[in-house]
Amino acid sequence: MKILVPIKRTYDPNSKIKLKTDGSGIDTSNIKFVINTFDEIAVEEALRKKEEFGGEVVVVSVGTQEWIEQIRTALAMGADRGILVDTGGKYIDQVGIAKILAKIVEEEKPDLVIMGKQAIDDDANQVGQLLAGYLNWPQATFAYKVEVKPNEKKVTVVREVDGGLETVECELPAIITTDLRLNQPRYASLPGIMKAKQKPVKTIKVEDLGIDLTPKVKIEKLETPPPRKAGVKVKDVDEFIAKLKELKALPF
Amino acid sequence: MGILTVLETRNGELKKASLSAVTCARKISEITGLKYHLVIFSPNENSLEEVSYLGAEKVFVIRGEQFQNYTAENYALAIEKIVRDNGEKYVIATATTFGKDLLPRVAAKLSAGMVSEITEIIDDKTFKRLMYAGNIIATVKLESDIKVISVRGVAFDKAGKVDSKSQIEEVKISEKYEKKRFIKLEETKSERPELTEAQIVVSVGRGIKDPENIKLAEELADVLGAAIGASRAVVDAGWLPNDFQVGQTGKTVAPQLYIAIGISGAIQHIAGMKDSKVIAAINKDPEAPIFQIADVGLVADLFQVVPELTQKLKKLKEQAGA
Ligand SMILES: Cc1cc2nc3c(=O)[nH]c(=O)nc-3n(C[C@H](O)[C@H](O)[C@H](O)COP(=O)(O)OP(=O)(O)OC[C@H]3O[C@@H](n4cnc5c(N)ncnc54)[C@H](O)[C@@H]3O)c2cc1C
Ligand SMILES: Cc1cc2nc3c(=O)[nH]c(=O)nc-3n(C[C@H](O)[C@H](O)[C@H](O)COP(=O)(O)OP(=O)(O)OC[C@H]3O[C@@H](n4cnc5c(N)ncnc54)[C@H](O)[C@@H]3O)c2cc1C
Repeated sequence: MKILVPIKRTYDPNSKIKLKTDGSGIDTSNIKFVINTFDEIAVEEALRKKEEFGGEVVVVSVGTQEWIEQIRTALAMGADRGILVDTGGKYIDQVGIAKILAKIVEEEKPDLVIMGKQAIDDDANQVGQLLAGYLNWPQATFAYKVEVKPNEKKVTVVREVDGGLETVECELPAIITTDLRLNQPRYASLPGIMKAKQKPVKTIKVEDLGIDLTPKVKIEKLETPPPRKAGVKVKDVDEFIAKLKELKALPF
Repeated sequence: MGILTVLETRNGELKKASLSAVTCARKISEITGLKYHLVIFSPNENSLEEVSYLGAEKVFVIRGEQFQNYTAENYALAIEKIVRDNGEKYVIATATTFGKDLLPRVAAKLSAGMVSEITEIIDDKTFKRLMYAGNIIATVKLESDIKVISVRGVAFDKAGKVDSKSQIEEVKISEKYEKKRFIKLEETKSERPELTEAQIVVSVGRGIKDPENIKLAEELADVLGAAIGASRAVVDAGWLPNDFQVGQTGKTVAPQLYIAIGISGAIQHIAGMKDSKVIAAINKDPEAPIFQIADVGLVADLFQVVPELTQKLKKLKEQAGA
């Protein structure tokens, strides 16, 4: 079983996000970078499937040389090798990322792609579904539970949807995107970190893929939303109710 | 040529969340002069009747065994066909888990670009949306010929009824996607209003300590006619089902009143509720970040004050004869 895991480098969810003073982008001076939370869950799920059925876990990132840090983290968790598609820092929209990943999928021919449902910076929630669309593969998004049946070439996925949990069955190869409760990712062990240094990471120049990456979505402007003002602290339940009445927040 | 809005149904029943996307379609229609159309899958009679009075030029109805239960694959096939046959320029849906799952696949099929969860329309191709757990508002420009847009439900009112009836067109789709099968949906049953539609939401966090104690919040919710929501901590612990989660990666709500009980107010939680009209918080820690955005804050032990609050509101309600 060969599993491809696309991972994005993004900010640590505990860091404070600020715009640069000129509004041209995010001020990254105090930000720690990590693997996108959902992608870490994807790496973990891929490793568990490999432990169960054997095979190989390949991580792929579309970014700059700095992203190798996150690829190495995934390798330290246990992934076998990494691919960096080097963009040289140029922005590529979701469509572009998905097209690049489709190309990598065509070359690598995995049985399964497991990736995050959304990047916590852009919060777009698109790339997995776009990729499945380009490849005409079945998609199982927002996975809560994944059960692979390699002999039948099928995967059963329980999905977190509005109103409950939905179960679907896909033929392999398929695309799965992870939700928060799929698993608890492991930490990289010290031997894992040592081993990761020896594992291969291949760099591909994005130009060499020959894909038209003219963005369809452009970011025109970034702003900070007006802060919501803190109200009052009340001392007891009676005051609490009185204040809610004053704000006309109660139905009676 | 027009604007296609995809409506969500479950067991034939229209999901009201879809009506936000219709409002978005109306606004884009005003800006561009394009007519708007609706597409609905396997509707029951009532739902079809309801959507026939939303002011659309046409309502496309799709039926067939492969559309009985939702799969993105089959739905995308059908939508692609309608868009191509009618030269539609926009495809819009509300960003429920349905819209989030379906629209990017549709965009891929149409070689279109997509903007997720818009909160505002600037012009025919420019929109606002939130990023970084609501910390940043981005103005984005969508430059593809066909534009795919998902709509943040709370940012657009639900479209109301009009007098004239739309033309209904049944569309036959014979293609079927074979590589995926719907197996089952285990629905969370609740007598309470739906989280994203409720006027009042009572939301619980880790401070509730034990699933047994959730009934404290439920009793309060029942007096107020409120929905129950939760922080991720509560859902992760398995104390409430996944679709109760409010936040960056859960649901976005904007009720008249949001009461946060034992919730610290992490940025990812706030992302899902900060547009509520009134925010009230009960937390024993005076430094909890939730107080920085709460209109009314009560620093107290929830186990003491929540039952008292429920009792006192109950009295008030009885006095009001409600
Ligand atoms: C402040 C800012 C400004 C930007 N400006 C522009 C701009 O002007 N023009 C432009 O075209 N783009 C711009 N981008 C970049 C672009 O919007 C996204 O980074 C990119 O399109 C990926 O989409 P996403 O992160 O929204 O993916 P989502 O759909 O939210 O991600 C889902 C999953 O896809 C995978 N994935 C996503 N990205 C990658 C990746 N790079 N490598 C590997 N796997 C990945 C991960 O598994 C992830 O969990 C900007 C981004 C930011 C943060
Ligand atoms: C990628 C990512 C996505 C996330 N998405 C979401 C999301 O969508 N929604 C979400 O909610 N979270 C999300 N989170 C998690 C978020 O960061 C917080 O961990 C979570 O919201 C905390 O939940 P909580 O407030 O219930 O728990 P805690 O932070 O543990 O807070 C519990 C609070 O209860 C109070 N308390 C304890 N006992 C009492 C008592 N007896 N009386 C009164 N108060 C009491 C405490 O003072 C404390 O403030 C996400 C995190 C990540 C990394």
